[in-house]
Amino acid sequence: MSLLTVDELTVTFGGRGRKESRAVDGVSFEVDQGQVVGLVGESGCGKSVTSLALMGLLPDKGVTVGGRAEFDGTDLFTMSRSARRDLRGSKMAMIFQDPLSSLNPVVPVGVQVTEILERHRGMKGEAARKEAAHLLDRVGIPDPTRRLKEYPHQLSGGMRQRALIAMAVACAPRMLIADEPTTALDVTIQAQILELLKELVDQEGTALLMITHDLGVVAGLCDQVNVLYAGRVVESAGRRELFAHPTHPYAHGLLGSIPRLDAPRGEPLSPIRGSINDRIAWADGCAFAPRCDRYEMGCLTGTPQLTEPRAAGHQVRCVNPVLDDAKAEEVTA
Amino acid sequence: MLRLVVRRLLQLIPTLLGLSVLLFLWLDRLPGGPASAILGEKATEAEVARINRALGLDQPVYVQYWRFLKRIAELDLGTSTQTGQPVWDEFVLRFPATVELSLLAILIAVAVGVPLGYFAARKRGGWLDVTAVSGSLVGICIPVFFLALILKGVFAVELGIFPSYGRQDTGIDATSVTGFAVLDGVLTGEFDASWDAITHLILPSIALASIPLAVIVRMTRASVLEVQDEDYVRTAEAKGLKRSVVRGRHVLRNAMLPVVTAVGLLTGSLLSGAVLTESVFAFGGIGSFIRQAIDARDYPVLVGFIMFIALVYVLINLLVDLAYSLIDPRVRVH
Amino acid sequence: MSVATKTDKIQRLAELTAVKETSTGASLWREALRRLRHSKMAIVGAVIIALFLVLAIVGPYVAPYSPTAQTWRNEVFPNRGEFVGARGENWFGLDHLGRDVFSRMLVGARQTLLVGVVATLIGLIIGFLIGGVSGAAATLGGDAGKRVDSVIMRFIDMMLALPSLLLAVSIAAVMGQSLTTVMIAVGVVQIPVFARLLRGAMLAQGGADYVLAARSLGVRKRRIVVSQIVPNSLSPVIVQATLSLATAIIEAAALSYLGLGNPDPAIPEWGVMLTQAQRFFDNAPMMAVYPAVGIIITALGFTLLGEAMREALDPKLKG
Repeated sequence: MSLLTVDELTVTFGGRGRKESRAVDGVSFEVDQGQVVGLVGESGCGKSVTSLALMGLLPDKGVTVGGRAEFDGTDLFTMSRSARRDLRGSKMAMIFQDPLSSLNPVVPVGVQVTEILERHRGMKGEAARKEAAHLLDRVGIPDPTRRLKEYPHQLSGGMRQRALIAMAVACAPRMLIADEPTTALDVTIQAQILELLKELVDQEGTALLMITHDLGVVAGLCDQVNVLYAGRVVESAGRRELFAHPTHPYAHGLLGSIPRLDAPRGEPLSPIRGSINDRIAWADGCAFAPRCDRYEMGCLTGTPQLTEPRAAGHQVRCVNPVLDDAKAEEVTA
Repeated sequence: MLRLVVRRLLQLIPTLLGLSVLLFLWLDRLPGGPASAILGEKATEAEVARINRALGLDQPVYVQYWRFLKRIAELDLGTSTQTGQPVWDEFVLRFPATVELSLLAILIAVAVGVPLGYFAARKRGGWLDVTAVSGSLVGICIPVFFLALILKGVFAVELGIFPSYGRQDTGIDATSVTGFAVLDGVLTGEFDASWDAITHLILPSIALASIPLAVIVRMTRASVLEVQDEDYVRTAEAKGLKRSVVRGRHVLRNAMLPVVTAVGLLTGSLLSGAVLTESVFAFGGIGSFIRQAIDARDYPVLVGFIMFIALVYVLINLLVDLAYSLIDPRVRVH
Repeated sequence: MSVATKTDKIQRLAELTAVKETSTGASLWREALRRLRHSKMAIVGAVIIALFLVLAIVGPYVAPYSPTAQTWRNEVFPNRGEFVGARGENWFGLDHLGRDVFSRMLVGARQTLLVGVVATLIGLIIGFLIGGVSGAAATLGGDAGKRVDSVIMRFIDMMLALPSLLLAVSIAAVMGQSLTTVMIAVGVVQIPVFARLLRGAMLAQGGADYVLAARSLGVRKRRIVVSQIVPNSLSPVIVQATLSLATAIIEAAALSYLGLGNPDPAIPEWGVMLTQAQRFFDNAPMMAVYPAVGIIITALGFTLLGEAMREALDPKLKG
């Protein structure tokens, strides 16, 4: 049985007089023990909202969460608030996008690490400080005892993200959610942080849910990939399978729009037309239809279902999938 | 830290110098000049000339200014025309009363304003929020002396719960040690005197607290609203920390930063308010004295007071800046 | 109003114009107006101000009696604490000299408005000039300009450091008692606020891309300042002027309470009326309550509208 099973998750903002908008519209996926799963899509596709819903970090007011999410055998959405609070930081942890704004500017880094040890591992005083130094050391921060006394603004961007990772892995969580952990960093630091994440996950057997718009990150890290569009999974497959045979026109387009060094000179990039705002409701048909090159009449007759047109375990939500491999080439991981 | 203190003190010098020039010019422009202030309107020209010579007013302006500066540096602010005593001594005598009153007022404003602003922000749009916000808007619009009058009329005159004027009942034979009535009572063991002083403080300090309270409520509210949406609060939540820790260490601690600055900046309005409040309650502090000085055209007292206030204001803001640098590590690095 | 709200507002307001650059100027105002129409605060404030303006205009013509005639002099005895409260012929009762308080309130509205408006205009105009020069020097004057700017700002900060009421007291002490003194004293206090605000806004504008574009096209500096930077920096100044009207009316009342106001009590003005009435507060509290409530409501009207405008212009504060 998988560690996390998300079933028909919906998140709706607004309501009570204001216009409703559905950010997540029936997302389903699974994360197995020790597996790295990618949630990929452009901004606005609902990937961050999905992660916040799973962590229970959406605001109480003005948000409705529907569907089921089972973590380690218990339903996340029916458990009590305090049980959820106990779970966060200990069994499920999260790393955020912007390391500077995600750290409290007026509290020393050390306190921000020890507070989670005090909370979930009952450690106090010197023991907690020692463990905190050990954690910083483990995520590759040099001179950890000195760094513990420093404030976030005194650390470099990469070190801040390392510190946040140290907090996330402090209680050896079963699952780690990383929401674009490298977007705000320099390219060289990005690679280091990804390497670190990979290493930690491999050592501990932690499951990692990687939220990103960066296909390079996916190619380097993920075992299983879910491509999101307009709040729904449109394609789900193993990494190799997906990069070899992107079958949904959207995923196909995403891969096609990556600039490649080995492409013939003068060949234009092929971006996807329009933006995520040009969409229709899933209830009326395929939300991607307005931007799709392979659009046909069938696209607008009811919600397309996930099927496996190509291979077992390779799910695609499309009535007119890309099945000829003429243009799809293998992207080396 | 020391360097910060020294640098801030050095920055004070041009401000105070500029201020002294303004005050000097102002003193020079007073109607009829100091001579007629001393002699009255009906002085003869010969008398005026004699006084002017005695005061050195026949000398060039820069000489006069230099002497003015020297006098200020020696804390010689002249002699009050009302009491015939040195202005500085009069201030020192009355300052503790005003400090007591202002401290209690700011204490009330912080103790009530911060929680009120905090809970208003937490339940945004709720009844508490609406009451706090509209209350503080109205509070800013009530003239301080009118509020003082109402409080006195209702709670002192009508209901007789609190005394209506003065710092202490004349019947109480209190020993003065520091000049701070409440503290003196505690030091000498005359707790009844302390209590009596406190009852005298309550109404004036509530009146004086009204504007700082209104400002602090609104400031805390706005600040909490901003901070609770910050990423680091979400991080704290993601760590599963206890609510009290999230709210105390991560929300409140950051939200307090602008409020601390505000408290420093409020000192100015507090001192203006003290002049108005003290005169309503005949509270024997600097405020009442200034009110009398305005009525009596006691210019040495007024000039001295403005210099004094400017100094107090600047020093308090220096203290606030230092306090700020203690709670916000980001400003420490220079 | 307190220094804290002042400085805070100055900073916040000054930042607003920087926001303006991201959308187009006109649409920001339109957006702000749209939000203002939905703001209860703005509506209440505007209604209060409108009523006050009507009162100030028609007040003297509809007052039932002369505001200065001591018609009922024989019915009030301040020494004995005998006063006349509200009654059929005098809706708000009589004052200590036997004058009709209702008529005095009606006529006094105009004086009160005059004090507020003139004082605010003094602060606005002088502050605008100082801030404009400082801002122009800082944005386009090069190194020399920056030096001019920093000297001016030192001076302005010095003025801000003085408690406003005491600054007003000292000005009033030099100039003697009169309504003009009160207006000037209250107005001078507002100068540094406006100066800082305009300068801050201009500085924010000065760094905007369109200024850079205009400069690179060779538009003359003076033209850029006058036709681009200043117009785009106006919104916070307008908001502050609204808020200042409230402050001016309250501070004018405080000055007259301190005995620095209008020496001619025959001309009714709410602050002066309040000051006179407070002497008899224990026996005739209502005599003080009428002008006080008038002042509070008027100040509240300007505050509400000003705050609502500030919120409407500030996308961060909306809601």
